[in-house]
Amino acid sequence: MEEKGTMRVKIGLAEMLKGGVIMDVTTPEQALIAAEAGAAAVMALERVPADIRRDGGVARMADPNVIDGIIKALKEKKYEVPVMAKARIGHFVEAQILEAMGVDFVDESEVLTPADEHFHIDKHKFKVPFVCGARNLGEALRRIGEGAAMIRTKGEAGSGDVVEAVRHMRAVTGDIRRLTQLPDEELMTEAKNLGAPYDLVKYVKENGKLPVPNFAAGGIATPADAALMMMLGAEAVFVGSGIFKSEDPASRAKAIVDAVTHYRDPKVLAEVSRGLKGAMRGLDVSKMDEKDLLQTRGW
Amino acid sequence: MGRIGALALQGDFELHIKMLRRAGVEAVEIRTPAQLDSVSGLVIPGGESTTVSRLMRRYGLDKAIRDRYLSGSLAVYGTCMGMILVCSDTEGDHDLAQFGFIDATVERNAYGPQVESFESDIVIDSVNGSGPMRFRAVFIRAPKVTRVGDGVKILASHSGAPALISQGLCLAGNFHPELTDDWRLHKYFLDEFAARIGD
Repeated sequence: MEEKGTMRVKIGLAEMLKGGVIMDVTTPEQALIAAEAGAAAVMALERVPADIRRDGGVARMADPNVIDGIIKALKEKKYEVPVMAKARIGHFVEAQILEAMGVDFVDESEVLTPADEHFHIDKHKFKVPFVCGARNLGEALRRIGEGAAMIRTKGEAGSGDVVEAVRHMRAVTGDIRRLTQLPDEELMTEAKNLGAPYDLVKYVKENGKLPVPNFAAGGIATPADAALMMMLGAEAVFVGSGIFKSEDPASRAKAIVDAVTHYRDPKVLAEVSRGLKGAMRGLDVSKMDEKDLLQTRGW
Repeated sequence: MGRIGALALQGDFELHIKMLRRAGVEAVEIRTPAQLDSVSGLVIPGGESTTVSRLMRRYGLDKAIRDRYLSGSLAVYGTCMGMILVCSDTEGDHDLAQFGFIDATVERNAYGPQVESFESDIVIDSVNGSGPMRFRAVFIRAPKVTRVGDGVKILASHSGAPALISQGLCLAGNFHPELTDDWRLHKYFLDEFAARIGD
């Protein structure tokens, strides 16, 4: 009678995050700043992507103490924002640990070093919902086929350069628009070409959207970046290094929250963009080495 | 009946707008006090109560909604977070923009982390004089009503706690009809609450 962990219940939480900002945090203090600023959820991490990139080496799931510390600090201050955490691509045991700890959403993330180069996690086996990154429609539908309850662009995490998130969002929404124009007899070939499950290709053709919420992530650093992603069809925004690698995280966090709500109103965007201290310095993705890209992890 | 709005600061407002349209009414997104002037009913959706409280205060929507409701010119339906905001207080001390349209206390996120979220059938008392109605209710990190005042009607319960309550021009539930295809509750809100507002 009472059913937990159904697709509807998993997607339900993703729906509640729409129009919101999900912020990367690495300490209880940062989590409180994010919650106070109006984060719709926080992503509990050991290091933000910019630091993972700088440090090199193998990036793994955070120490449970880091995640617990963040969950506890929020509870103590009566904030009820959902807490997400990252598992490595294919590392279903890290995901099981995060589920057992009571994390609200698991990000199977290319920001961490992949644990499996061939297979992503079978997300249907879990009660906790998953979000996965995608660079195009085929990749998005493969992840949904595996049970993801939310898709986000990969962008280029830790770069502070929004160009890749824009590329990935346009690729997904452009392919969705194209699919809606196809006659039914072309769908199976389309499924083959996309490398995506046929029933999901059919769903997208009939509904003109993904069957799960579609968020933006990877390189978003300013209120205008966040609003741009919303204008391009994102339903919410993840901000990783962009907040706590900037000079005044609290003000920037609030400004990005306001920008996501009022993304269609340039006057509000001008107001909230005014006088923010320095944004994260960032890296020009077009000058980066192919081997340094995080977005090419996963398939 | 005039237009109905959905508070569109953060949360699943788009799904509510779809349900309202299916129930046969013109529905619009509300982000500013000026937009509120054009509607006779308001749905406050699921979302994050801290986020929405801050945004309402910053743009003066908390005062605008309260003034309209207290003047009797606005009906309100709150789901999940919306229920938290229309009730009078919460267990513990939270800095939320609560309206107190319904004299009730709620405990936020009372069922634990997301893995404890669930769906279940509930029975809603005689809606539209049609007799009891079975309804698929989806509870997402749901709040729980822990106290109701004398003037509050309990229309449905789940595991001993009120799941759908009303008082005056306000309806509130801790579950999400907008996550299903069932728009009977939205229709009920239009017929029994919003319809009482004169044009």
